[in-house]
Amino acid sequence: MTLPAFAYLLERLAFTPGRLAKLALLRQWFATQPDPDRGIGLAALTGELVFRAAKPGMVRELVAARTDPVLFGLSYDYVGDLAETVALIWPPRPGVNTPPPGLAEVVEAMDSTPKAALPGLLAGWLDALDANGRLALIKLVTGGLRVGVSARLAKTALAEWAGQDVAEVEEVWHGLTPPYLDLFAWLTGQGPRPSSEDRPVFRPLMLAHPLEEPDFPTIGPETHRAEWKWDGIRVQLSATPGGRAVWSRGAEEISGGFPEILAAMEFHAVLDGELLVMRDGEVAPFADLQQRLNRKLVSAKMQASHPVGVRLYDMLFDGAEDLRALPFDARRARLEAWFARTRPARMDLSELIPFTSMAELEAIRAGAREAAIEGLMLKRADSDYAAGRQKGKWWKWKRAPLGVDAVLMYAQRGHGKRSSFYSDFTFGLWRPDGQGGQELVPVGKAYSGYTDQELLWIDRWIRNNTTGRFGPVREVEKALVIEVIFDAAQRSGRHKSGVALRFPRIARLRTDKPAADADQLATLEAMIAGEEAAE
Amino acid sequence: MPHPESWMRVTPQGLYCVPGDFFIDPGRAVPRAIITHGHADHARPDHDHVLASEATLAIMQARMGEGRAGRQRQVATPGEVVRHKDVEIRLVPAGHVLGSCQVVLDWQGSRIVVSGDYKRRRDPTCAPFEPVRCDVFVTEATFGLPVFRHPDAAAEVARLLESLRLFPDRAHLVGVYALGKAQRLIALLREGGWDRTIYLHGALLKLCELYEDFGVQLGPLAPVPTPAKRGGGGLLAGEVVLAPPSAEATAWVRRLAEPLICAASGWMRVRQRAKARGVELPLIISDHADWDELLATIEEVQAPEVWVTHGRDDALVHAMALRGVRGRALHLLGRGEEDEDAAPAEPAEQPA
Repeated sequence: MTLPAFAYLLERLAFTPGRLAKLALLRQWFATQPDPDRGIGLAALTGELVFRAAKPGMVRELVAARTDPVLFGLSYDYVGDLAETVALIWPPRPGVNTPPPGLAEVVEAMDSTPKAALPGLLAGWLDALDANGRLALIKLVTGGLRVGVSARLAKTALAEWAGQDVAEVEEVWHGLTPPYLDLFAWLTGQGPRPSSEDRPVFRPLMLAHPLEEPDFPTIGPETHRAEWKWDGIRVQLSATPGGRAVWSRGAEEISGGFPEILAAMEFHAVLDGELLVMRDGEVAPFADLQQRLNRKLVSAKMQASHPVGVRLYDMLFDGAEDLRALPFDARRARLEAWFARTRPARMDLSELIPFTSMAELEAIRAGAREAAIEGLMLKRADSDYAAGRQKGKWWKWKRAPLGVDAVLMYAQRGHGKRSSFYSDFTFGLWRPDGQGGQELVPVGKAYSGYTDQELLWIDRWIRNNTTGRFGPVREVEKALVIEVIFDAAQRSGRHKSGVALRFPRIARLRTDKPAADADQLATLEAMIAGEEAAE
Repeated sequence: MPHPESWMRVTPQGLYCVPGDFFIDPGRAVPRAIITHGHADHARPDHDHVLASEATLAIMQARMGEGRAGRQRQVATPGEVVRHKDVEIRLVPAGHVLGSCQVVLDWQGSRIVVSGDYKRRRDPTCAPFEPVRCDVFVTEATFGLPVFRHPDAAAEVARLLESLRLFPDRAHLVGVYALGKAQRLIALLREGGWDRTIYLHGALLKLCELYEDFGVQLGPLAPVPTPAKRGGGGLLAGEVVLAPPSAEATAWVRRLAEPLICAASGWMRVRQRAKARGVELPLIISDHADWDELLATIEEVQAPEVWVTHGRDDALVHAMALRGVRGRALHLLGRGEEDEDAAPAEPAEQPA
């Protein structure tokens, strides 16, 4: 088993779009694979497997020695991916009947084999594997499995398989190293719970409810505190004597992408805040932050051009002291005192906004001009730091969304459950075509906001009004007006229209409106955040 | 001995045998045609005279309707020689689908074998390919790239069965071609131990019945039921459902319980092809020869010259040159359009 079994897992994960199905595949892997392979697989999937990787160039040379260059070239052109081409074209060697290598064997040998002997070792393994096994091997040794499994998903599957709470797995995780023998021993009831003392661990975040009109009377200056809701990403900074970590809202460790934040954590505390790109104290639009997300490593150039900081708004631990049971006001006082004392680099405090009435708050919310402000946060002054989303403690009150009436231009089929529905929509607005007429220019894509009934209706409309097909995409009659709402509009050099929309979604279908009456691009340009004043 | 090119020509209608005055698998209606097998890119309607195996003629009638499968139909039994004008004609099994045959032609001591589409793997639903030595071998090259080496079909079916065990609450919808792939997959599932009823999209029913009439046992089959109320779903959890490729893109599929989209095709070997189609479980099962089998077959028939009708002729002609075989690309039009999903993105949306 092992490497072929791992290859099977990778293949299924790569093709499986659904989270539940991915969890089922992972649970089965943990249940059926022996130690240490299941742990090595876990580490490989979650990007924690560290060994000296082989260079793709080595693989290319190996295959060049075994195949005709013309045939390899034609094949590579067709397949498009080097690792996959090599895996498929690798010619079987008659008479080879060595068993395929084990996962543990591969990892160990990659580390212990002298560099000069690596090509021979790799070729021997390739001979012993089938095409799927070869692909898994090449991806494994050159790095980059890319099967869409996050560390959090893998931990969730582990917890489900073992009948444990995922928070428990998370708690012990940090002290562990591949192949996680002590973890599996504990999860299978054959060992003690691994010690997590002093290690930074993810603490469940406190989340907010959207504020709606009926709740307005419950809000007041005596009982609530107001802050801006910044458009960055939520992070938890955790620094203990045992280490430092930056966690995302989804409990993913993202320390690697933000080394300057990690370096600034010269303290022992657990803090809650918003990660933002900030230049001279000004918060940049979310699009700037996006450039820094989903990177394992970040260049010095990127760090200089897109400097990040954390705007702090809560404190969970001061040193080893757990503050979570204290009321908000007390935690805030502790946070302010700690901040004044510590003065950490790259961090500031989220300011409290004074207010005397709900009416004043409404005016403040409506008057927010900065692109990076999503709205307001309202927090009960006497509330503890409660895990999850407990109603009435924290409220988020986003700015009213912006909206345009746009024309449906293209539609694409969805995946998984939506594979029979045209559920992804590209919509456009009018602009002068320079010849006295009007043309539509695409301004965004939306794949949510509609009801099931509306989706059925749009799907049928699209099938009946198709004017062209490009693979999975259909071009439609420019005749259906949809009201699209979004949180903000931002300038963008990457979009044909010059405008990027934040969270566009469909508010309703305007079947009553002729396409010619849909909005102009200029209407959208006037909504670009931070530029309204100039209008 | 006349050179084959002097008596077998490539015309806009397809391959034309000069001394016999007939076409093989012509792309349009002609006075006289020999048909290798029933796929629509080989068998066209409205020829005046058709010579083919009994099963191929039956398939043509089932697909085209009584009046359009040739005004005169002549059954040729595989292995028996039929003489037309000065040409000796013999059909020999090609192993592609039920009734599929190679056409062996002898004229004045020169022999051409037109193989049609073929495969070399075992297929419980049709007679196996028989290599025939010849002067010119006419071959397809659908999978004429060395990246195409089909794995063992039984192991692919085992993957499907494994998935059924892991996801018992999902209907497993497998995209297959109505002629050949559907029946072979059913037979392979039976060999793999799946003895439950297999559910069929309406477009597959007729040909499965025809296979059974020809003695191919397929076990219990049933049409996919219509949901009790319009728009209802959740049917056939944990069952195998076969439908034409891309049926998952139509509203028809909404009746199935969380369908897990599978596809059985040689193209599934390449991930991007499978991903682009939204396939969740690709099964590499093909009714065509793979790269190694193309080369092995060319060696077995010992032809000094090989003509390639369609597919990746560039790679195959190059590989033959390395082996001292003269290759020639015919570039026949309209081939490879029915089977093995060179198919359009969506089939006609059928009611059942």
